[in-house]
Amino acid sequence: MKKVTHSKTQQSSLEDKEWLYEINSEKGLLDFNFKEIWRYRDLLMLFVKRDIVTVYKQTILGPLWYLIQPLFTSVIFTLIFNNVANVSTGVVPSFLFNLAGITAWNYFKECLNGTSGTFTKNQNIFGKVYFPRVIMPMSITVSNLLKFFIQLSIFVGFYIYYVAQGANVSPNASLILFPVYILMMALSGLGLGMVISAFTTKYRDLTKLLTFAVQLLMYLSAVPFPMQKVRDDLPEYYWAFKYNPIAQIIEGFRYMTLDTGLFSWLGFAYALSFSVLVFLVGLVIFNRTEKNFIDTV
Amino acid sequence: MNTILTARNISKQYRLGLVGTGTLSHDLNRFLHRIRGKEDPYLKIGAENDRASKAKEDYVWALRDINFDVKEGEVLGIIGKNGAGKSTLLKILSRVTMPTTGSIKTKGRIASLLEVGTGFHPELTGRENIYLNGAILGMTKSEIQEKEEEIIDFSGCAMYIDTPVKRYSSGMRVRLAFAVAAHLEPDILVVDEVLAVGDAEFQKKAIGKMKDISGTGGRTVLFVSHNMAAVKSLCTRGVVLENGTSVFEGSAEESVDYYLKMGNKKGAEYLRYFTPDECESFNFRLYSFGVKAANKEFGSTILRSDKIEFHIEFDNYYQEKLLFGLRFKDEKGEIIFVTTDSEFISFKKTKTKLKLEIPNFFFNQGVFFVDIQANDGRNLLMRFSDVLNFSVVQETVKEGYWQGKTPGPLKPNFKWI
Repeated sequence: MKKVTHSKTQQSSLEDKEWLYEINSEKGLLDFNFKEIWRYRDLLMLFVKRDIVTVYKQTILGPLWYLIQPLFTSVIFTLIFNNVANVSTGVVPSFLFNLAGITAWNYFKECLNGTSGTFTKNQNIFGKVYFPRVIMPMSITVSNLLKFFIQLSIFVGFYIYYVAQGANVSPNASLILFPVYILMMALSGLGLGMVISAFTTKYRDLTKLLTFAVQLLMYLSAVPFPMQKVRDDLPEYYWAFKYNPIAQIIEGFRYMTLDTGLFSWLGFAYALSFSVLVFLVGLVIFNRTEKNFIDTV
Repeated sequence: MNTILTARNISKQYRLGLVGTGTLSHDLNRFLHRIRGKEDPYLKIGAENDRASKAKEDYVWALRDINFDVKEGEVLGIIGKNGAGKSTLLKILSRVTMPTTGSIKTKGRIASLLEVGTGFHPELTGRENIYLNGAILGMTKSEIQEKEEEIIDFSGCAMYIDTPVKRYSSGMRVRLAFAVAAHLEPDILVVDEVLAVGDAEFQKKAIGKMKDISGTGGRTVLFVSHNMAAVKSLCTRGVVLENGTSVFEGSAEESVDYYLKMGNKKGAEYLRYFTPDECESFNFRLYSFGVKAANKEFGSTILRSDKIEFHIEFDNYYQEKLLFGLRFKDEKGEIIFVTTDSEFISFKKTKTKLKLEIPNFFFNQGVFFVDIQANDGRNLLMRFSDVLNFSVVQETVKEGYWQGKTPGPLKPNFKWI
């Protein structure tokens, strides 16, 4: 007999033991076949490679484009928020402050935007071949992680430059939480993206909403200004920022790298549990959708 | 032989029309039924999958209660007209979508070859695409590495292998895609209409490879095609689908025959009887006119390798000089040729039979219409148009030969010296 060991079937009467798998209409809440996903790990890496390699083919600047976008956005933010509107970023140079926020925000945003189109953008290939669909959003999250590290390097570069110039900035002890913050950004972006991708298979309304919702969320996540500023100047609306887990993540990221801003362990725990929860919910909904979406997409 | 795959009561329901606000209300209704623990209200309704009839309901059953078993090493052909549910069945088998009811159990990995070439990225080179496509189809990197040379060889694109696929001709893309897919090693391979692409040389390769896969490889293959010659030469068993239900199951030969007869039900006419009224104005009485393959019965499949006989039954009670003639037309109604008897038929008071024999390998495969006419050597006495309508079917082609249809209504065999 061939490799007939694994069985993800629900009923396991003696006779069913030897079946490799079953195709039926039952939808389990979370019947992920992790062994199968593991078997497709090479596909995940190839998708990542494809995303990275093909984006800037036939461009002259190539991967430099990864750096241009956050740099220019930071310059604009610095000009408008700090120079025109006079938002104070304390001892931290405003440009560095903005670059930190944008680097963190970009990763979340790219994960969200990338994964939210999973079903609609890949309907051609999903309609022809089976592979664990969750590979697709996972690969987007991983390839965005690489982009994130490239953008992080430019942030580190400017960090060193400002320190050399005598700016009074330094990371603090919570920097050891860095991997956790990356995980939180990835999970919340991926989770939300999967929920949206599932709903857009039938109803395209969410795609229309997404573009400007992301724009609004950036301001609500205190990317171009410190949360301190909101608490002082706009106390009656402070709750909207305080209870926004993304704002907590952005603020926390700035806190650990620049030692500035409002950080609380409660806020950290809140953001962490939010991202894990939204990821799990995203997985469940994604899993329910992947089996039949091709009929309604 | 062990059963490797079994399908039980497979049904698939689709909603007709557009997805819009109506869908939302149905979704809500379905959800309300589910949380109260009731059955889906829309499963009870649904029309039979008959394309031509006008839709009366919002739901249609693309497949209804399909049952079959596949044994290890078997090549199962799934045949049926357009819209009979073949592709839906393959989609369910390859786990692209799931059935509305029923279940399929399998002991092996299924990989599908549905319209090869999906998943090619135009910006990547041929080699990079081999890896990507192979992984999409379920191979691991090391498996692909092992077969890389073989795949490039088989595709015949070695020269272009490090050029982006967007520079490839469409034929080269198909070759490369088929090459990747053919080197898959799943336990069950699902193939849909791949043989329709590529030139003759490549078809030969492809069919040979398919034979290899099922023959020596011992792999199980599910094969969907409109090409009856390919089904006959490749498959060991067949299932015929009609309007979403399975109407026949048997050997490949029997299934193809069943399918062809099914097509004959509509329109085709192999034998025509004439009433006395129709012959009122003539000095002779025509009883019947029919076509059949020699040594077969009226209505059975006519192959290219069969001699074709035309039978006329008549009674010439008064016509002094009588010559029968036949006009052959192709499916567009263009006259291909006319043939007329060379000897006058004299008076005969009894029912007389006349037979015209056309050698085998004369007609090309296709549909033909026949007019019957009579003259007295000078004037036309009678003509019935499009009395017979028969089709000639491609004989079983040996493995490795061109399976397609050549142009033109005739394809006679002549001696080459």
